[in-house]
Amino acid sequence: MEMQTAGTNKRADIAARAIEIIDQNKSAEGPLLPILHGLQEEFGYVPPETLPLVANALNLSRAEVHGVFTFYHDYRSHPAGRHVLRICRAEACQSMGGDALAERAVELLGIDWSETSADGAVTLEPVYCLGLCACAPAAMLDGEMIGRLDDEQLQEIATEVRL
Amino acid sequence: MTTTVYIPRDSGALALGADRIAKAIEKEIAARGLDARIVRNGSRGLYWLEPMVEVETLNGRMAYGPVKPADVASLLDAGLLEGGTHRLSLGPTEEIPFFARQTRLTFARCGIIDPVSLDDYRAHGGLKGLENALKLQPAQIVAQVTESGLRGRGGAGFPTGIKWKTVLDTDNPRKYIVCNADEGDSGTFADRMIMEGDPFVLIEGMIIAGIATGATKGYIYLRSEYPHAIATMNEAIAVARKAGVIGESVLDSAYAFDLEVRVGAGAYVCGEETALLESLEGRRGIVRAKPPLPAHKGLFGKPTVINNVISLASVPIIMDQGAAFYRDFGMGRSRGTIPIQIAGNVRHGGLFETAFGLTLGELVDEIGGGTATGRPVKAVQVGGPLGAYFPRELFDTPFDYEAFAAKDGLIGHAGIVVFDDSVDMLKQARFAMEFCAVESCGKCTPCRIGSTRGVELADRIAANIEPEKQIAVLTDLCNTMKFGSLCALGGFTPYPVMSALTHFPEDFRPVPVREAAE
Ligand SMILES: Cc1cc2nc3c(=O)[nH]c(=O)nc-3n(C[C@H](O)[C@H](O)[C@H](O)COP(=O)(O)O)c2cc1C
Ligand code: SF4
Ligand code: FES
Ligand code: FES
Repeated sequence: MEMQTAGTNKRADIAARAIEIIDQNKSAEGPLLPILHGLQEEFGYVPPETLPLVANALNLSRAEVHGVFTFYHDYRSHPAGRHVLRICRAEACQSMGGDALAERAVELLGIDWSETSADGAVTLEPVYCLGLCACAPAAMLDGEMIGRLDDEQLQEIATEVRL
Repeated sequence: MTTTVYIPRDSGALALGADRIAKAIEKEIAARGLDARIVRNGSRGLYWLEPMVEVETLNGRMAYGPVKPADVASLLDAGLLEGGTHRLSLGPTEEIPFFARQTRLTFARCGIIDPVSLDDYRAHGGLKGLENALKLQPAQIVAQVTESGLRGRGGAGFPTGIKWKTVLDTDNPRKYIVCNADEGDSGTFADRMIMEGDPFVLIEGMIIAGIATGATKGYIYLRSEYPHAIATMNEAIAVARKAGVIGESVLDSAYAFDLEVRVGAGAYVCGEETALLESLEGRRGIVRAKPPLPAHKGLFGKPTVINNVISLASVPIIMDQGAAFYRDFGMGRSRGTIPIQIAGNVRHGGLFETAFGLTLGELVDEIGGGTATGRPVKAVQVGGPLGAYFPRELFDTPFDYEAFAAKDGLIGHAGIVVFDDSVDMLKQARFAMEFCAVESCGKCTPCRIGSTRGVELADRIAANIEPEKQIAVLTDLCNTMKFGSLCALGGFTPYPVMSALTHFPEDFRPVPVREAAE
């Protein structure tokens, strides 16, 4: 019973906060992406139950909003882990052994691409170029840029994210 | 006198630990009671030397790098603030050969000034182009840009002046300037560097574009993978607005212009101009059929100039020094300078701005210094994921739009990715198809379905299932994609695939033969 109330409250909180974010952005030209970005920034993902609120506020169909949400690689429909490791899979990083390093990350973290570990510690995502191609292989950990990533650093990251 | 120490805030420098160096130096300065201040500049673009610390001395700026946190105390012991000699000394920055050989026009200030100081920007020649433009009629500005020979640096190489003229000639009270800062090509980072190192030059270029075409609102569509560029651009826009450089009255003139950053959401195809406009409008990034051109019906159906970051950032120097000054650099129909990004498996990776015309070999072997691994260069991909792989035999190709097209390649956004002899070109061809499949907007069949078929064919070649037959089908498929796709994602993916197949056929041969050959 208590759990249920907590759940209902949490849902109400999400809705209230989502409406604030929508209101802040809805008068902009082309407000949909800024709103989705705002929601993801706030919650770490775009809670599916907020999409109808967005559709309503912008006078769009739910299908339209859903279509936009699913088109872009950035938007998540589930919460991410406490840490997000994004590893570049593009050509310049490949030329510096990026593929092997990426496989190693999968092995060290025990998850596949776009998965979150069962303990909620870390999400592993592919990214196609971080503009660090002259110091490849590159990665991004919780928004921090990492250049010349190597096995040792990867092991440190794998340990750190579990602390 | 207070000494100035420069430590970059550029993403590349940060990725190699620049923040830790800045903290360590700050601590040492305080502990030793020294009279010095730290400026967080952009990068000079010599990435193998980052984090590169510079100090202003009576003899000009002296460079040190690559600096590790453990080097900081010894650097100060060696008299860093006076330009003292240290194991990491690189001498005067501007005399480092990689830098000295360049012609920096667009990147003249990048790495030199404090990126968000408008005073610094002005002190180094900033806003002169805009001031000149304000004295001209819009048509005269457009004429200057046309005469300069500037062609779009985003990939297609379309003359910028002609695009602007089309928008100027439209009759509409609402027009837009859209800056394409989606920079999705692997091996490219020029847009990122200029936005992080000299954001005002892009702002100035966009204002000039606005005045020249009658647009009062600009958007910078900036990819989400560049958080530092987003922060720096936003900071600079706020400074520019406060100083009256943008807003109701640009530098107290009768022109209004305002500017906003919009963040992308991780879709490569949104770098294609019409998909970008769709995305800005809040829709899926699906490519639009042309006509109508964006210049006629662009953002929200209004006439729109859409240009790459470097195209726009090259306009201030043209308006400052004149069209002839800019046009006098370069070769053939490729005029001016181009910031070439040397990346991947290369010893001296970084940004090299130079007049068009250097050969690919000069860029890779002399300037890039060969591979980082020390192994022979096998292939270089020029122009991002849609660009061709060049073998050594084509290293005499000069950097020029037409010369590259003549060799079935393209310059694109001028990124060069170097690979050593360990690269498997069949794998690279497969990746090109896979990337196209992942990023396709889905509008046309050759791109959407063809790319997935391409991946399967590559897998069958690798598995040695009737390889000759698969190669024939792959070639056919590339032709279909090349001629049957609406945009260059599907249309140009055949470049990396076919160049790999044409120049490195041995990597596509049946596995037993490959083993026997070794
Ligand atoms: C799939 C695809 C991706 C593209 N990505 C970019 C990009 O990231 N940045 C860019 O400036 N142009 C990109 N372009 C080229 C643009 O469509 C367009 O030509 C360019 O923005 C025009 O500006 P410019 O004339 O200044 O080069 C891309 C094109 C395609 C087909
Ligand atoms: S070629 Fe591909 S990306 Fe371009 S319009 Fe067609 S489906 Fe979309
Ligand atoms: S290709 Fe990996 S950072 Fe550019
Ligand atoms: S243009 Fe889409 S299938 Fe031909």
